[in-house]
Amino acid sequence: MNKIRVGVSVNNDKIEFLCSPEDTVLDVLRDNLRLTGTKEGCGTGDCGACSIILDDKLVCSCLVLAGEVEGSEISTIEGMAIDGKLHPLQQNFLKHAALQCGICTPGILIAAKALLERNPDPTETEVRYWLAGNLCRCTGYDKIIRAVMDAAAEMRS
Amino acid sequence: MCSKKDEMKKKFRVVGTRPIRPDGIEKVTGQALYGADLHAPNMLVGKMLRINEPHAIIKSINISKAQKLPGVKAIITFQDFMEVSTNKTNDILENCLANKKVLYDGHAVAAVAAINSEIAKKALDLIDIELEMLPFVVDVDTAMQKGSPVVQLGRKHENVSDDFSDNVTSFCSFGHGILEDGYKNAAKVIERSFKTPSVHQGYIEPHACLASMTADGRSDLWCCTQGQYNVRAICADIMGIEESKLRVTASEIGGGFGGKTTVFIEPIALALSLKAGHPVKIVMTREEVFKATGPTVSSSIDIKMGMSKLGIITAAHAVIRYEGGAFPNETYELGAQSAFAAYDLKAVKSEGYNVLTNRPAQAAYRAPGAPQAIFAVESAVDELCEQLNLDPLETRLKNAAKKGTKASYGPTFDEIGLIATLESAKKHPHYAAPLAQNQGRGISCGFWFNFGGNTCVSLNINFDGTVGIIEGNPDIGGSRASISQMAAEELGIPLERIRTVIADTNSLGHNDVTDGSRVTFSVGLATIKAAKAAKKEMCKRVAKLWKIHEDAVIWKDGYVLPAGPNAGDQEPLSLKEIAAMSAQTGGPIAGHHEVNAEGAGVSFGVHLVDVEVDPETGQTKILRYTVFQDAGKAVHPSYVEGQMQGGSVQGIGWALNEEYIYDSSGKLQNSGFLDYRIPVASDLPMIEPVILEIPNPGHPYGVRGVGETSIVPPLAAICNAVSRATNIRFTELPLSPPKVLSAILGKE
Ligand code: FES
Ligand code: FES
Repeated sequence: MNKIRVGVSVNNDKIEFLCSPEDTVLDVLRDNLRLTGTKEGCGTGDCGACSIILDDKLVCSCLVLAGEVEGSEISTIEGMAIDGKLHPLQQNFLKHAALQCGICTPGILIAAKALLERNPDPTETEVRYWLAGNLCRCTGYDKIIRAVMDAAAEMRS
Repeated sequence: MCSKKDEMKKKFRVVGTRPIRPDGIEKVTGQALYGADLHAPNMLVGKMLRINEPHAIIKSINISKAQKLPGVKAIITFQDFMEVSTNKTNDILENCLANKKVLYDGHAVAAVAAINSEIAKKALDLIDIELEMLPFVVDVDTAMQKGSPVVQLGRKHENVSDDFSDNVTSFCSFGHGILEDGYKNAAKVIERSFKTPSVHQGYIEPHACLASMTADGRSDLWCCTQGQYNVRAICADIMGIEESKLRVTASEIGGGFGGKTTVFIEPIALALSLKAGHPVKIVMTREEVFKATGPTVSSSIDIKMGMSKLGIITAAHAVIRYEGGAFPNETYELGAQSAFAAYDLKAVKSEGYNVLTNRPAQAAYRAPGAPQAIFAVESAVDELCEQLNLDPLETRLKNAAKKGTKASYGPTFDEIGLIATLESAKKHPHYAAPLAQNQGRGISCGFWFNFGGNTCVSLNINFDGTVGIIEGNPDIGGSRASISQMAAEELGIPLERIRTVIADTNSLGHNDVTDGSRVTFSVGLATIKAAKAAKKEMCKRVAKLWKIHEDAVIWKDGYVLPAGPNAGDQEPLSLKEIAAMSAQTGGPIAGHHEVNAEGAGVSFGVHLVDVEVDPETGQTKILRYTVFQDAGKAVHPSYVEGQMQGGSVQGIGWALNEEYIYDSSGKLQNSGFLDYRIPVASDLPMIEPVILEIPNPGHPYGVRGVGETSIVPPLAAICNAVSRATNIRFTELPLSPPKVLSAILGKE
């Protein structure tokens, strides 16, 4: 097996890993780096549970080959709270009970963070369309949308 | 006596508030460990070989080439398992791994454990399977007919008529009164046939487990499940070991909705581990989840219903045919029992059939069996209201079941909340809001039985005055929070001083599966009783200390105090103080409670929905959605609302989009989230929850289960709304745009 050596930064830590040509970034995060906060719901780009930020772009990590991310910066759910302090999105998800089982939560938090970085004052419709790629089967989205809107308001003030 | 007054407690201090859930931080930071998140040293990867044919005899399986592949550590087929003790366990095993026949597209025939997933996948390709194809059947009505391909012989019960094929395994009938008399008294009688597709629970976390089994039978299993004790019972039976040898630990669970109440990969991982001598992890792909775990039943239902001019249902009859895949199940009974539960009827009959087909074995899905039957009944009620020019909400109020109603399935109802929910819907501004062109409003009632069941809880008073609760049901959506709240309420201490953990199977006695909306009710009940037992012990300790009789002390708001002036004037002692002294007063203090809980109290809900149908595309948009549901007592209202909202949206998906689509060769065409489309955020408006609290007499705080009822009404509520918006009566789900459009075009 020919392994590829890749250097990246994950949540601001410089790391190196070896991967097979067919490994995805999700495989490497979960299996090699044991960063299991990023979840796999489908492996085909349809559920958003594996959302990460790759060089400022929101991507499904199950669709990105690990061998092709040399030199890039990756942010995952594990890097969202800084020094143990929760991000306003995380706080509002807890306050609003925006998670039931919680399996979709890391992906939705990452996606919502990417939205608020681009659009600090989104409308409800904008939030709904932005998060349309993140499936949640438990909540019916109501409390998730409210949590994102409230976090946005809090971050603006 | 200690704790006597607490029974009558009306005002709550912690119950009914909305604290942050205790397992929240782990879940928003990615630290919580779900099924696929555990790694073991020296772990192998397990994968299953699945056959993409609907029905075939397995002539041979040749594993010799695969076995020689370097890195392959074990391969198993059905032949590696010994005979099991019951038909039911055998069905579960044969569903995990085919025996003589492949029974559905996606049925597994072999499993491999290898040092990595690449090698495991290669090994699967090297297994040679010889099959002899058989004719197949995937449609419920076709499967019932004589001459249809038979899925499994010898499964038909004696009470099933010989007019049907051998696929019809079971029959049941419920009801009372004389239907013919009722139809004679009706102003209008309609007969309609309905169909609902099979749909998947769609939990976002695929099944996953990590198993380790040694030659002496001692084994450990980590898995995402709704019931670790049930997993243990099934796997111990399959592996031929005593239950005590197998420790099952439930991981955090990424959704279940009934679909994680049985096993699909767990015995396979154990068997691979035993053979290979390594821990083995199996994680399903999404395609495997769709093809080989349990969707709910699909149905074909006939309703005959009569109504008087004033809107009284004079007689009602349902014939319910459920197809639950290749193995028998009992969902048809739940359908027949729940069909007419919302109504107080003089003459009613419901009959149910279970039918085998070449589809995956069904599994429970939130209120299993009820949504389909109630969809048909509530659609018929709505059409009669329309034809007789009656208000659909008033009409339901006139017929609504109440305390004392003899339900169609036998029991007589105690305090129930149906009338209160209907009244609340009637008063809500939603019901009177104006509608525009191409818009329609739909309503439906919903019902679920709610279960209690076997439950154990241990509650330990730590020396520092904090409290540890051990319970045995996975936290599927906030139950650690609600259980801690009930304990804090009962003990009169701050919530933060309590930690609730979920036990593995060897750390606590048996607990039934997390299903039937039983956890907040039963585990809550056992927690309250365990707390009472601990309080009694604390009273005893203090009485001893004060050298007075046990009856001379009372418990009040977290303190033990003298019962009256005759008992003395000692300073009250707090739980914390009593805990600190426990080593000196007789040792650690704990309470526990074990029960097979009854009195769960049935649950009713009413949904109102406004839709707009685009006449150009046939697309339905949900404009407004309101849910009214009786929670008995909402322990943590946010999570009660969450259940109401989440269940509603699953029902919306079922009504509008979701369905298992089989092609003409019996293969599933949409085994991914792209083509099996569950609702996404942009499909939906906010879902407004209205919680009613009609206390359940069977629970100390009045709690009723709330988890399942909410998936029941959306099917009919939406279908009724679409029918009213288009002036076309729809009887088949899902109301996907092509179906609605062709009906609109057909009318023009
Ligand atoms: S796992 Fe990547 S989108 Fe579902
Ligand atoms: S909280 Fe369970 S899938 Fe979103």
